[in-house]
Amino acid sequence: MAECPECSCIIEIENPEVGDIVECSECGIELEIISLDPLILEIAPEEEEDWGE
Amino acid sequence: MKIGMLYSRVRLDEKFLLEEFRNRGIDVERMDTRCAVFNITEFEKMDYDVVLEREISHLKALYSLKVLNEMGVKTVNTYDTANTCGDKVLTTLALTKHKVPSPVTYIAFTPEEALEAIEKIGYPAVLKPATGSWGRLLSKVNDKETAESILEHKVILGSYHHSVFYIQEYIKKPERDIRAFVVGDEVIGAIYRSSPHWITNTARGGVASNCPLTDEISEICLKAAQAVGGGVVAIDLLEDRGKLLVNEVNYTMEFKNSIAPTGVNIPGKVVDYVIEVAKR
Repeated sequence: MAECPECSCIIEIENPEVGDIVECSECGIELEIISLDPLILEIAPEEEEDWGE
Repeated sequence: MKIGMLYSRVRLDEKFLLEEFRNRGIDVERMDTRCAVFNITEFEKMDYDVVLEREISHLKALYSLKVLNEMGVKTVNTYDTANTCGDKVLTTLALTKHKVPSPVTYIAFTPEEALEAIEKIGYPAVLKPATGSWGRLLSKVNDKETAESILEHKVILGSYHHSVFYIQEYIKKPERDIRAFVVGDEVIGAIYRSSPHWITNTARGGVASNCPLTDEISEICLKAAQAVGGGVVAIDLLEDRGKLLVNEVNYTMEFKNSIAPTGVNIPGKVVDYVIEVAKR
């Protein structure tokens, strides 16, 4: 369980790993798992102009 | 064996790759580019047997690969492959040099010359930024008025890389394109990406289905992969009245939507190739 930094809703995450991108079930924002113990989420970086394959 | 994986954003693709390494008992060292600092005035010895590049940002990937390669670290892919694939002008030049068919393409540096090139190619034509991915900023130009306004917008709004005009013939393809996956010297599978829209990227709603590999697909893909420097690449093909054309080559290929349709363990194949490179 962790708190969404955007809307403070409590989110449940299965098999979390550092770096994973998850979506807040309440406000839908993309979050990145920053640490596991304690489980901390940050707003994921937004798409940049040179992102891609 | 010491293997690193260069990344910043962990997508499903990266998770699949990490899992395949774990299945092979290899603990990969994560190299988050957001924490990377390189002293580029003194080449330090790095003891990686190989680094797999999975960085979502083209510029960060490019510089990181160049630093690593200059420090003697083997990478998949190499800086040269990334540099060529990341720039459509360089990609098309490499394909032309190796006689790999691709759509007729002109480049120009001013709107006036770009308009002349578009008129030469004929309408509709396609304008693309030299660097860019996921189908971003592609323009289909159906007539002269549209061409003039898009060219003007590109000059006024665009950042520096919009001042190079990459103009391509529009290929009337059958509402799909082909994405083929090359790992080393093997074409491991391909998908159709179907969409009524002329841009078929799955990132933009294109639907993936298996595309049986033909000798023709394999041959053109291996030639294209070799032309851009080889490694692990995804080749986008267009079907043009019975002929295949290489539209683009991607060097940090996304494959999560392609595992099920092809039935191929794409991350497994990639990881086996990376381990092979490590042993060279």
